[in-house]
Amino acid sequence: MAEVAFIIIAAITLASAFFVVFSSNLMYSGVALFFTLFGVAGLYVFLYADFLAATQIMVYVGGIMVLILFGIMLTNKIASTDLRQANRGRFMAGLSAFILFLLISAIAVTTQWHTGSPQFLDTTVAKLGMMILYQYLLPFEVASILLLAALIGAALLSRKK
Amino acid sequence: MDNLHSYLIISSILFSLGLFGVMTRRNGVAVLMGIELILNAANLNFVAFNRFGGMAELDGQVFGIFIIVLAAAEAAVALAIIINLFKNHETVNIDSADQMKG
Repeated sequence: MAEVAFIIIAAITLASAFFVVFSSNLMYSGVALFFTLFGVAGLYVFLYADFLAATQIMVYVGGIMVLILFGIMLTNKIASTDLRQANRGRFMAGLSAFILFLLISAIAVTTQWHTGSPQFLDTTVAKLGMMILYQYLLPFEVASILLLAALIGAALLSRKK
Repeated sequence: MDNLHSYLIISSILFSLGLFGVMTRRNGVAVLMGIELILNAANLNFVAFNRFGGMAELDGQVFGIFIIVLAAAEAAVALAIIINLFKNHETVNIDSADQMKG
């Protein structure tokens, strides 16, 4: 049962990722990216990363997706309904991306990874909170400064002159 | 489903697709979408290795959270730049962004 659900979620993720890249209508790729991000959140659930799955849905699907859709709509003239865009060098790019995929997956499958028994945690939230506020306190504070700087920078860049 | 390899292959497909998108697309927002795919692929690897790498702690997941934070900041700044490009050049074609001061 879980196996079937995993295959379905993986298939949705990959199929919509294909659509994101190959669709010639930007609006369609935006909506497909929505499904890809949801699918990755589903894969996090299968990896017992409950907090990360919730974060993925809140930040990516709720925040970044809306930003990207706004970006698509704001950067097209309202009169033109045509959101098409030309792609260039498709053959060479496809070939090199495919070769890279073969290389990465060959390495991933043939390498003897240092694996142990899979983790089974009831919930990751408490442990993650402790880790962020003890071991990872400095990166956490740096990340908040980075977010502040990014917010100010984005506001400064996009205001009217 | 409960082995490392299936996740690694899924994330390598996502990564290659994102890279293909970044290479072929000329629209800035579409390039940004490709970057999001690449970041998601990397994140999936971190979380998968965290679960199957025989670790007692959750370092991979903490790293994943930081990647999501960085992706959010990057998307905000990138979209501000793209919208500025559109205001100045009436296009979002990243090939036309070839001036230091537009």
